Amino acid sequence: MTTPKELRAQGATPMVAMDDISVSFGGIKAVDQVSVDLHPGEVVGLLGHNGAGKSTLIKVLSGAYQMDSGEIRINGDKVEITNPRDARSHNIETIYQTLALADNLDAASNLFLGREIVTSTGLVNDAAMEAECRKIMGRLNPNFRKFNEPVSALSGGQRQSVAIARAVYFNARILIMDEPTAALGPHETQMVAELIQQLKAQGIGIFLIDHDVHAVMELCDRASVMKNGQLVGTVDIEDVTDDDLLSMIILGKKPGEAAA
Amino acid sequence: MTVTTSQPVTPQNKRNIFQQLELDVRLLGMIGAFIILCIGFNLVTDGRFLTPRNIFNLTIQTVSVAIMASGMVFVIVTRHIDLSVGALLATCSAVMAMTQTEFVPHVLGLGLNHPITWIVAVGVGLVTGTLIGAFHGWMIGYLTIPAFIVTLGGFLVWRNVAWYLTDGQTIGPLDSTFMMFGGTNGTLGTSLSWSLGLVATVAALLVLWNARRAKLAHDFPVKPLWAEVIMGLVVSGAILGFVAVLNAYDIPTRRLQRMFEAKGDVMPEGLTMGYGLPISVLILIAVAIVMTVVARRTRLGRYIFATGGNPDAAELSGINTRLLTVKVFSIMGFLCALSAVVASARLANHSNDIGTLDELRVIAAAVIGGTALSGGFGTIYGAILGALIMQSLQSGMAMVGVDAPFQNIVVGAVLVAAVFIDIVYRKRVGAK
Repeated sequence: MTTPKELRAQGATPMVAMDDISVSFGGIKAVDQVSVDLHPGEVVGLLGHNGAGKSTLIKVLSGAYQMDSGEIRINGDKVEITNPRDARSHNIETIYQTLALADNLDAASNLFLGREIVTSTGLVNDAAMEAECRKIMGRLNPNFRKFNEPVSALSGGQRQSVAIARAVYFNARILIMDEPTAALGPHETQMVAELIQQLKAQGIGIFLIDHDVHAVMELCDRASVMKNGQLVGTVDIEDVTDDDLLSMIILGKKPGEAAA
Repeated sequence: MTVTTSQPVTPQNKRNIFQQLELDVRLLGMIGAFIILCIGFNLVTDGRFLTPRNIFNLTIQTVSVAIMASGMVFVIVTRHIDLSVGALLATCSAVMAMTQTEFVPHVLGLGLNHPITWIVAVGVGLVTGTLIGAFHGWMIGYLTIPAFIVTLGGFLVWRNVAWYLTDGQTIGPLDSTFMMFGGTNGTLGTSLSWSLGLVATVAALLVLWNARRAKLAHDFPVKPLWAEVIMGLVVSGAILGFVAVLNAYDIPTRRLQRMFEAKGDVMPEGLTMGYGLPISVLILIAVAIVMTVVARRTRLGRYIFATGGNPDAAELSGINTRLLTVKVFSIMGFLCALSAVVASARLANHSNDIGTLDELRVIAAAVIGGTALSGGFGTIYGAILGALIMQSLQSGMAMVGVDAPFQNIVVGAVLVAAVFIDIVYRKRVGAK
């Protein structure tokens, strides 16, 4: 299999290309002409301070926000993403930092929220959804038992696995993970890292938003760093050190450049 | 991606009897409170509270508020409120009263008591209620005006639209077929009630049986067979017992005589006839079943509860929460109109003050029935039971001879106490 790096070297069309994206809120440019792209089987880290615009940029792709200008291309074709349903129809799945779970519903209802399995009479088929939920949880988190309780009764890691299950169950091609390990303990963080490797091997492209430079160094192929809404630069992880990334985040300068 | 392992289903041990029966402890508490209430009033009134006659009256008095309370559950679950239901009921009632006393007889020239009058009147009323509800929902969902404000405005507007439509007059008597929806004027009689009771029992048992089969088909844990049998017996007993009580209330002899005279017959000497199930109660039961199915087994219901639990998550899952708000308030409007049919038919006329303070009774019924104002939690049967408890409390106190101001003081105190108990209960079981 060709690696993402080789694909890029060959000049292959990326599976996602976001070009010159700008988003402003009441006169403040949250994202200012940022371009990022993603190839199959690649993990691209998005780094930056709080308020650097990472989450805003990625919410444009997941359909939660509208961009003011710019273009999104999926496999080379320009697409319009105006709401989360559009994003899902392009097999873009998102794991939000807040997890976006309805606390009062059980795991299966959350897993299938917006995409329920229905019977021939149009009623929701809870039994079928629970069975599917048990299958996927058996794979992602074999210790998961609380299928008939609202997700508010679950631990942070269990809730995370429900959110992850929702993203991977529906054959995602493009996965957006917004700080997936923020609320997790070391063991669960390791679980997420293994999952990312596994999904990568299946050719899924992943945007990983993270604060933790070490996690990005370990998991990502490339990293795009943002500061004050602008893209500082995109680098190959192989070519940089932790310190290089940190100086991009803090000082906003690319490796090799003099401090601005 | 291929899925190889499946989650093993482990049977849990150490479960108490309630868990084995898979009963809602909250519901049991409410039923318990209701039974204590009934027995208490029965003792104080020397057995006058639990007579077939009083139970019959209690039932038909509860219907109007209970129908609206089931809609209020959806409204409150989605974190909204509707303060306009009583006023909306009045407008629907006024529109229907004018339709059957002015429009059909005079404008269409069909005269009073024409066979199609009630159909036109009910149809016009239901459309009016649904449209007004949808309009409220549109202002709340799309214009993002808080529901409290929209329906507070609606409370004033619709109460006075009703006044304007009727010039403040009492409109009556209403169409004779229409009045059959009110309770005493429209009952099924004993034999039809028994047959319906039997059909309902069979249907309920089938539902229980199918639920068990569906669980077994997926290898999910099921409750022990003895628990299913007990549930079946309780449900059958409740349905048939209810029918038996309503059948036991005989139509008063004077009234029966008039009914025969109206048909041009003479009443045979010593004849007695039971009322049986009132049509209005059947409407309530139908509403309860449909609303429960909507809440539990449809996408609409799933989205209503998801939105109440976490509006952002619902939005991010691709649910159109604005349109959902319109749908929820349309349902509420439709049910207000249905309640207007029952309420005006029971009174046999439309009066200017119909439905006054119903908004508070409806909200109280939903809240006593376990609907959380923070959204996301609530059941239809809870709200209906809440309405029944409120009505029992009120008419029980009237029967005992409690002064009117004290009646309302007690009802108000009970509402606050019920919510407090609910908060304590939720904290104990760890639910939010």
